[in-house]
Amino acid sequence: MAEREETEKKKEAESFSIWDLPDVPQKLPPHIEFQRTRVQCNLDAPIHTENVMYSGAYASMGVDNSLQLDHFCNNFRVEVIRLTKDDMEFDLIGIDAAIANAFRRILIAELPTMAIEKVLIANNTSVIQDEVLAHRLGLIPIIVDPRLFEYMSENDTSNEKNTIVFKLHVLCERGGPRLTVKTNELKWLPNGSELPLETKPDSNPSSKPRTYTSFSSSQDLLPEFSNNPIRPMLDITIARLGPGQEIELEAHAVKGIGKTHAKWSPVATAWYRMLPEIVLLEDVEDEDAEKLVKTCPVNVFDIEDIGSGKKRATVARPRACTLCRECLRCGEEWEKRVSIRRVKDHFIFTIESTGALSPETLFTEAVKILEDKCERVITELS
Amino acid sequence: MEHGAFGDQSNATFSLTEEDHTLANAVRCTLNQDPRVTFCGYSIPHPSDARVNIRVQTTGDPAREVLKDSCQELMLMCRHVRSTFAKAVDDFRTSEKVQAMKIDSKE
Repeated sequence: MAEREETEKKKEAESFSIWDLPDVPQKLPPHIEFQRTRVQCNLDAPIHTENVMYSGAYASMGVDNSLQLDHFCNNFRVEVIRLTKDDMEFDLIGIDAAIANAFRRILIAELPTMAIEKVLIANNTSVIQDEVLAHRLGLIPIIVDPRLFEYMSENDTSNEKNTIVFKLHVLCERGGPRLTVKTNELKWLPNGSELPLETKPDSNPSSKPRTYTSFSSSQDLLPEFSNNPIRPMLDITIARLGPGQEIELEAHAVKGIGKTHAKWSPVATAWYRMLPEIVLLEDVEDEDAEKLVKTCPVNVFDIEDIGSGKKRATVARPRACTLCRECLRCGEEWEKRVSIRRVKDHFIFTIESTGALSPETLFTEAVKILEDKCERVITELS
Repeated sequence: MEHGAFGDQSNATFSLTEEDHTLANAVRCTLNQDPRVTFCGYSIPHPSDARVNIRVQTTGDPAREVLKDSCQELMLMCRHVRSTFAKAVDDFRTSEKVQAMKIDSKE
């Protein structure tokens, strides 16, 4: 009886294997791991570009490819490289391309801003046509936090919560020089529109004439605007006037998103690229090393002395590589010596803001919008 | 909107309005990595309609639950991204201040 117990225990000990442990990270053979994590950029085209996401992709080898949230949370890193008032460059490490692309698409098309939508032109004797002038006014970035305003639908009236009103009145004197109209001439009207609507003559003459907007209170009573007037981006040329020409108009700005029209996009642009990884497969020495260092237009390679007068090429700044592949075209057979790769889950993001919101706020808002989309889907499904 | 066979809850196509590649590709990516999913994909029937069809086939669990779980995971990932990003920006700002102070003290 004791013997049987012993043999049973031995069997249990033998049948227990490391595959049974729930979250042991399994190792793939190195060439498969390379296919999974790197894009190999050959001279003619890149290979291994697809993301192997299917959870059972490596099931035959006993490796679990499924997403574990803890694994993601432990490995995900953000490193900020440059952060100024208008642009920032940062690295997202450990995230998938689909999600990085979702952030980029939201930054460009789905973050709201304020932009001029309706232009009421009282007088325009310049050479710029009305519609061209209105188009140019629409593209001017307006430096205000769009989160303080609400969207305006077609049935709403323009009030102080959804409209910003600007006025432009410029006259070029006869006998004077030509005038360049810049955005500095756009004046903010915190009390709303000043152009009166045409009302019937029998209405009460002593009441205030109705205008194109109905502001119930002045916008500069709000604490955000009291010392900080709303203004458009300065020093942008709107039009040029010759002597005797005049422009008098009122512009109403509303909230919108980039999907409707690009004027509502809060970023000049936002883009990402994958981290380049350059590997020298063989030692490159002496004259070849000099040749290699000279061919690279962005100085990725450097020479180091290894004693006894011999020189060797090393990779000094792989991050600067622009994938021009000049090093592969250096001479014959150079493709076997230099390997240009990209790391599939390391994204170098650059965001350039137009000025309304700072770039780190833009990114945070974009992530919030993706969360809201997911929540909307979940509530629809429940 | 879910289109599936009456008896079989594990295979279904979900038609979402007002969505496009932004959400669909991200959801498909997290769905694919769920071990209960045998097949998943999305298609956009016509680019002028803002409509996305997401197809989910699972190993027995109801497709609706699996899709909800994936969306939930995507939300949690987004929250983690936001908090990590905020911390990284703060660290960068403090390190810049420290560097500026070091330069001042050297001068």
